[in-house]
Amino acid sequence: MTPTSDRLVFDNVSKFYGEVLGINQVDLSIPPGITSLVGPNGSGKTTIMNLMTGLLQPSQGEVRMLDIRPDNPEKMFRHVGYCTQFDSFPRGVNGHQFLYNYLRVHGHPHSAATEMTERSIARVGLTDAARRRVAAYSKGMRQRIKLAQAIAHEPSVLILDEPLNGLDPMARAEMIDLFRELASTGQHVIISSHILHEVDLISDQVILLNEGYVVAEGDIEGVRTEMSGRPLQILVRCDKPGLLASKVFEHETTVEARMHEDGGGLLISTKDADTFLIAFNRMVLDNEVRVESVTPADADVYAVYQYLITQEGAS
Amino acid sequence: MKSLWWRQIQGILRLEVRKSVFSARALPLYLLAAIPAAVTFIVVAVSMIYGEAPPEFSGPSGATMLFAVLFQLGILRSTLYFATVWIFMNLFRGEVLDRSLHYYFLSPIRRDVLVAGKFASAWVGVSLVFSVVAVVCYGAIHMYFGSAGLGTVVGQLAAYLAIIWMACLGYGAIFMVAGLFMRNPVIPAILVFFWESVNTFLPGLLKKFSVIFYLQSLFPIDISEGPVEIIAEPVPLWIGIPGFIVFSGLTLLVAGYQIRRMEVHYAED
Repeated sequence: MTPTSDRLVFDNVSKFYGEVLGINQVDLSIPPGITSLVGPNGSGKTTIMNLMTGLLQPSQGEVRMLDIRPDNPEKMFRHVGYCTQFDSFPRGVNGHQFLYNYLRVHGHPHSAATEMTERSIARVGLTDAARRRVAAYSKGMRQRIKLAQAIAHEPSVLILDEPLNGLDPMARAEMIDLFRELASTGQHVIISSHILHEVDLISDQVILLNEGYVVAEGDIEGVRTEMSGRPLQILVRCDKPGLLASKVFEHETTVEARMHEDGGGLLISTKDADTFLIAFNRMVLDNEVRVESVTPADADVYAVYQYLITQEGAS
Repeated sequence: MKSLWWRQIQGILRLEVRKSVFSARALPLYLLAAIPAAVTFIVVAVSMIYGEAPPEFSGPSGATMLFAVLFQLGILRSTLYFATVWIFMNLFRGEVLDRSLHYYFLSPIRRDVLVAGKFASAWVGVSLVFSVVAVVCYGAIHMYFGSAGLGTVVGQLAAYLAIIWMACLGYGAIFMVAGLFMRNPVIPAILVFFWESVNTFLPGLLKKFSVIFYLQSLFPIDISEGPVEIIAEPVPLWIGIPGFIVFSGLTLLVAGYQIRRMEVHYAED
């Protein structure tokens, strides 16, 4: 039962809750790797995840997960694991029972379910607490046991709704390593998160959402480059920032050049980064400027989020 | 595929029987089941205190009549009815309120198989509890007031147990579907209770639209419902039981259809 496609596809999908918009006319084709859904509360992140897993049905359009429709759970959930945002568990179960019973409902026999349960619990570092009741777990432990449930059957698509919530820094680092490890084996890891710098660190691609619409998608640098209305900021560390600033101002694509506070660098805004950087190399060579580093200053997800969502919302 | 479904239903049974019979949710079930047992205990205790049984209850035929009345009024038409209301209506509704339905919905299981598994577990749980109650009450009454031969005892007990299992099947299917469609389960529970209670006085045609009517053909003895009872020709056993099973099966199909369309809303994102 090997899937025929490696894509997660949304084809003109809309979801309305009565008259309230969840998401509108969303088209996506998500390749394997780590994909982050980023957006403010109410932007449609959880709606997209619930549509992916069949917990919601689209009002319009079609969702296909690895070419499987979500209304075919017996096939789809062999390949998909979902760590939900909500802390709700069957009453009275301990961590081991929570996973073991879930795997028995999958149809796994006792020995396989036991072995998979223990392996998954060990993977999220909960072996010592496995026989304690889930109701007595801390928020971080509950987050981990949900994650263990999502990965227990070794899915090729892992969907994680705010998976880092409630985790301490050490556990976050461990989880991020786990996500990277899963993605490196060709799996899909879909993450929604408010913690933008962590999203930026781990994502292969991002989907930016606002008020039910996809406002941008792709790898973050590509998204930033396509924002032609927004000058790209470049931070240059060098030994002659004053001289370089005067030369930079002569170039037609330069919008702004500001000296860095410590006098050892220059923050340049340009409306065409590619053209500018070719000319910049010439300026450096001609004026014998010793350059320490050249880095994009606003090509991270935080900056893109600020430009596309915060300011859009404000305007 | 069949063996996978069977393993999945077994997995559901493991969880759901515990939930229906061995959890806090089962407390109302046990309280209801304790009522006929308590009534039996009081009747026997009072008879023992007074030293002899009332003449109408003495002897095997009196004991049989006493149990028949207790079964009709104290089990079938009241406690068993409300136990099925509680357990079956909460099969899915309880999960929605606990926000734990996604536990099943995120498993690779057909939703109609889920319906079958949850229904079977509740059916087994409620039927077993009330079967034990019926055997205890029957045994206590016949031990004190007098017992017929072994063959009669076994035949009557088997009939009463069959009624319990069939009643759970019929009422269970109705209330599971009601729990899926209705936000407030009290209204259908009261309406069905009223309909089943007045069944005795309904014209023959209307009687047929009730669970209790089809169970009558299983009763080992006739008890009069009073001078205003409208007599209707009972349904033959060979039609009644298969018809009952088909009705329950159709009701489960409706539940399966509804559960396939069901959505889980977690929170505003």
